[in-house]
Amino acid sequence: MAKQEIRVTVNGREHRSEVEPRLLLVHYLRDVLGLTGTHIGCDTSQCGACTIIMDGQSVKSCTVFAVQADGSQITTIEGLAKDGQLHPLQEGFWEEHGLQCGFCTPGMIMSAYDLLQRNPDPTEAEIREALEGNLCRCTGYQNIVKAIQYAASRVREHEPVAAS
Amino acid sequence: MTTATTFVGSSVKRVEDPEFITGSGTYLDDIKLPGMAHMAILHSPHAHARIRGIDTSKAQQHPGVLAVFTGKDTAGINPLPCAWQAGGVENHVNTPHVLASDEVRYVGDAVAVVVAEDPYTARDALELIEVDYEPLPAVVDPEKATQEGAPQLHENAPNNVCMRWTAGNQEATDRAFEQAEVVVKQRLVNQRLIPTAMETRGAIGSYNPGTGEFTIWMTSQAPHVMKLLLAAFVLNVPENKIRCISPDVGGGFGSKIFCYADMALVAFASRQLGRPVKYVEDRTENYQWTTHGRDHVTYAEIAGTRDGRITGLRVRTYANLGAYLSTIAPGIPTTLYGRMVPGVYKIPATFVEVLGVYTDTAMVDAYRGAGRPEAAYLIERMVDLFAREVGMDPAEVRRRNFVPPNEFPHDNGVGMLPYDSGEYEKALNRALELSGYPEFRREQEEARRQGRLLGVGLSSYVEVCGVAPSAWIGLNGQGWGAGLWESANVRVHLTGKAVVTTGTSPHGQGHATTFAQLVADELGVPMEDVIVEHGDTQGTPFGFGTYGSRSLAVGGSAILRSTAKIREKARKLAAHMLEASEEDVVWENGRFTVRGSPESARTIPEIALAAATGYSLPEGMEPYLDETSYYDPPNCTFPFGTHVCMVEVDRDTGETRLVRYVAVDDVGNVINPMIVDGQLHGGIVQGVAQAMWEQGVYTEDGQLVTGSLMDYALPKASMLPNFELDRTVTPTNVNAMGAKGAGEAGTIAATPAVVNAVMDALAPLGIRHLDMPLAPEKVWHAIQERSASQKEER
Ligand code: FES
Ligand code: FES
Repeated sequence: MAKQEIRVTVNGREHRSEVEPRLLLVHYLRDVLGLTGTHIGCDTSQCGACTIIMDGQSVKSCTVFAVQADGSQITTIEGLAKDGQLHPLQEGFWEEHGLQCGFCTPGMIMSAYDLLQRNPDPTEAEIREALEGNLCRCTGYQNIVKAIQYAASRVREHEPVAAS
Repeated sequence: MTTATTFVGSSVKRVEDPEFITGSGTYLDDIKLPGMAHMAILHSPHAHARIRGIDTSKAQQHPGVLAVFTGKDTAGINPLPCAWQAGGVENHVNTPHVLASDEVRYVGDAVAVVVAEDPYTARDALELIEVDYEPLPAVVDPEKATQEGAPQLHENAPNNVCMRWTAGNQEATDRAFEQAEVVVKQRLVNQRLIPTAMETRGAIGSYNPGTGEFTIWMTSQAPHVMKLLLAAFVLNVPENKIRCISPDVGGGFGSKIFCYADMALVAFASRQLGRPVKYVEDRTENYQWTTHGRDHVTYAEIAGTRDGRITGLRVRTYANLGAYLSTIAPGIPTTLYGRMVPGVYKIPATFVEVLGVYTDTAMVDAYRGAGRPEAAYLIERMVDLFAREVGMDPAEVRRRNFVPPNEFPHDNGVGMLPYDSGEYEKALNRALELSGYPEFRREQEEARRQGRLLGVGLSSYVEVCGVAPSAWIGLNGQGWGAGLWESANVRVHLTGKAVVTTGTSPHGQGHATTFAQLVADELGVPMEDVIVEHGDTQGTPFGFGTYGSRSLAVGGSAILRSTAKIREKARKLAAHMLEASEEDVVWENGRFTVRGSPESARTIPEIALAAATGYSLPEGMEPYLDETSYYDPPNCTFPFGTHVCMVEVDRDTGETRLVRYVAVDDVGNVINPMIVDGQLHGGIVQGVAQAMWEQGVYTEDGQLVTGSLMDYALPKASMLPNFELDRTVTPTNVNAMGAKGAGEAGTIAATPAVVNAVMDALAPLGIRHLDMPLAPEKVWHAIQERSASQKEER
């Protein structure tokens, strides 16, 4: 299959690669760039383990071809902590025991990141709704909800009002 | 300076989390070895068929393909072992070949593999393999499979019966039923579930031709056991030439305990090709050929008196084992189910008969709770039906029949080891109080008058954890093909840093934290100075792995034995260092002091330095603080509790809303409450999900309908409430910590609590029982039928 050149910026670093048109973005991130924090839990785009932020929005990277990401800005779980400081969501998951095996965690955190961007003060119901596309088999979600609430209040503390 | 440390009992944040929240964990699929090739597996699309021939020529010629193997090539690999056969009876054992060559017996049976330069190419080439199948009739229902004329799977198992196993006293039980004032009967289906760890399974094989050694990475809950099974039974390789490594494992719930064909296939392919070979199943494969759980059809009868006393229990169960026996499959519906059916009740006579049955379905083996959820569901449903029959409150019937606290150890009459300790009524009372049970009953009465369907369900459970001792569970007793002790090594290095290696193999349970809490307290060192290692068979003592809520009760005990040995040696050395007599040296506030002069003291790091340098040791003492222990407990542990579930069923849609869920569990002493609560949350959700949504479905001819996450109803966040947890604490004397185990309790308790609640809600309509899952459609149909017949009656 003829390869195609793509240029993507992942976690602030630009990459140029030659890829097969059928290569999924999740495989590109994991196998070509070695960013294995983004996981694969299904083959029907149900589980959300592969969730990343692409051009400001959360997407399931198993539903996107790498070539479709050409020219885009991507953030993965590896790019969330800044200068050795955990993101409030990462802190929240740690503080509130929002993970057990950790396999769903990167996807959960990236989906929650998307939620908090849209809605910095979500209700519990809104959080549960927002996780519609993310499955966790270990935690029963209760502490994931708490983790996101923790992060939401931390973000509000640090960036009062600005969001409006 | 060391202070008295008390990590045990506090909710210490998990030390494993920093990796996982930053995406730097290492799961199997994250491992990339130099020169690694990729394997894909071709599975049978037929539930039952003869293989007339396989043509691999096109696949072999496909660019990028390195090799194609079929059953002919792998004839030198033995069938997978069955390591736990039902005890005391004949098992007609049939286990799978790593690749089927003459007959396939379920959708998912492996028939060929392709190894290629990359995973995409390997999959492309699978489609080029041509298999000539002659379809045969199939059977998927365990009850139908035993009937005359049903399609037969294996020659040595007439009527597809693998084994018939019984427990209890048949005569006394029959007599109890003859004399009973009340007999209640019910057929109960405990449906098939698909474990669905979020990480699928996989394996990487790497053969070193220079040394003849294999390294196999695997998504396993029990790497040491895999090493043993692969070496001694499957590959015929010396045990010291195989090293198994479980990296970070993304959940298991039982499904990753077992020995799977791909483990042997990657090892074989690596030796053939001289390159490391990786296989990772996709979700479709995971659903088709990784083990399933439960799948019982049971005829249950309970006998009792009009005033609510249970006098007998009779059970006949068809346990679906799937097409072949998985690694420990026969032990689940026998020892772990049949011997637990009396639950928390003092029942004078019980008889259990279990038929293990082959069908054209994926192998069925342990899934979270493994036998105990099936037992708890059975007895807790039957007690509710009995309560309804005698017109008593279900809480009262439970109370009346509980094993009283002063009767422990308790022999339950069906061959389980004696229950260690229990305060069943205390947990029930606490749960009723917390949930506001009496108030809810009043509210329910009012709601019923308005035509609303409110219900409350109870589940008072007991389960068996930390299954041991080896002499009981082993070959001549319960049929387990090995021991079931656990091991630990604790070393304190020269610099005072400690390393613990455990034979258990966590995959989300947080052992690195819990075990470090234990060791830090025992050695009087900060938690960050203790590191817990697991999952690599090289250089670590043999251990049996993580399942059956055994890791703390058995594995933790082995660690405590090692720390006790270290402390003993350190005390001798401290006495030497302090020039005191040994008897005068005491352990106080996390260090050794001399009785009467607390200013002369030595900490473990100070002693470790002396032990490691070896400049001045007491006569005959070896250098270094390094101790290994193997711990085989005298008994199992028996956690218990009561869960209360409150629901409202919508008459018009059949939908059930979980209004409240209160759980009071008694898991003995708790090391890390946060982790225990997390185990309960997750466990409860898996139990609730069985009651309400999940079911692995095959068509009559053996096609898997629920073959993906699109079709299998895994619960989402929005479907669930918050759970209210509380605990009573009844320590066990089986181990030094007084801890019982918490990994499966939630799953065991939740399913009957939810079903009892829904049946209670539907009671005014005269609905007695519906089989799970209680999906809206099923409930709606039942409501419609009853409403129609009630109208006619009027
Ligand atoms: S891998 Fe499951 S949604 Fe992408
Ligand atoms: S933590 Fe294991 S799947 Fe979510």
